[in-house]
Amino acid sequence: MEGHQLQHQAACMRKALFDQGYLDDQFLQLEDLEDEANPNFVEEVVKLYYSDSARFIRNIELTLDKNPFDFEKLDDIMHQFKGSSSSIGAKKLKTECTQFQEYCKIGNFEGCMRTFQEVKQEHAVLKKKLESYFQVFLLVHVYNCVYVCVDVHFVTN
Amino acid sequence: MEEMRSDCSSSGVQELHVLAVDDSLVDRKVIERLLKISCCKVTAVESGRRALQYLGLDGERSSVGFDELKVNLIMTDYSMPGMTGYELLKKIKGSSKLREIPVVVMSSENVLARIDRCLEEGAEEFLVKPVKLSDVERLRDFILKGEEKSEREFSHKRKMSDDSCTLTPSSMASSPSSSDSDLPLSPMSIVSDEPRPKRARLLDDN
Repeated sequence: MEGHQLQHQAACMRKALFDQGYLDDQFLQLEDLEDEANPNFVEEVVKLYYSDSARFIRNIELTLDKNPFDFEKLDDIMHQFKGSSSSIGAKKLKTECTQFQEYCKIGNFEGCMRTFQEVKQEHAVLKKKLESYFQVFLLVHVYNCVYVCVDVHFVTN
Repeated sequence: MEEMRSDCSSSGVQELHVLAVDDSLVDRKVIERLLKISCCKVTAVESGRRALQYLGLDGERSSVGFDELKVNLIMTDYSMPGMTGYELLKKIKGSSKLREIPVVVMSSENVLARIDRCLEEGAEEFLVKPVKLSDVERLRDFILKGEEKSEREFSHKRKMSDDSCTLTPSSMASSPSSSDSDLPLSPMSIVSDEPRPKRARLLDDN
């Protein structure tokens, strides 16, 4: 049955995100904050995160370009970016951010550049994975709604 | 995933008003949700300066009378551009109007020196981010107990001044076992205006 297949797909995607280390316990904490009145809280937070975090990426890029040895500033921006990433449970991304900050501490520009590419990549990969995941979740929800409506129709007629 | 959550109005829990201060948009959204689930009214601002404006401490008169917006708890991020959470904490504890409001500092960095500094300055707790629902619920219960105790102390004082000067055993309020209880029992000793010394209290870092 399609509904079950969708649900199974959603469950598999979710498991993979955790097993492969993309997400950590904080994502579960956010899920616990959802209820009937706020069923899409996690998706809202993730959307907010991606629209907000773009500026951190931009600012780091600008700083690496214009003031490449301002490690304090780079560390500062990354600290904020890492904080937000941590708030949505982005485990792998958090690790890359920490690595970047380590290079800032020792003033290693090459290290910063290299790690920053990793950060950008992780940021983009996670975005795609979460988008797909929420899409499947939405399909499951829609399917369940339709299924219930159809069911009710048959019961009442 | 979905739990049965008690309705805030029916659970009989008094609504605390919490002022949350954080420059991160994402963190403000999350802390707001955590507090709302915990049956707290939330005002979220993005900086220490805005927080002081809201509390009426920035020299400008706030648009609404302070009493109507009584804040029961302030939760502030530590690292913020402009005024840090630590600086905000100092300003609040340095104000006779506001220093009784408990302040909790939140930080993604678990730095002992930072924690000590905040607790010494009068912070109630230091929470390591990301903040969990269990942290907020525990905090809420702690603040509620404090509010209840103040209410009892206040009504006890009222009763003492209403009665004649004689003190009878029945008029002595018995407080629940609390190691930092300092309820005045004699009509001669009024609760002093000085803030109670804060016990350093660290959360388990789980």
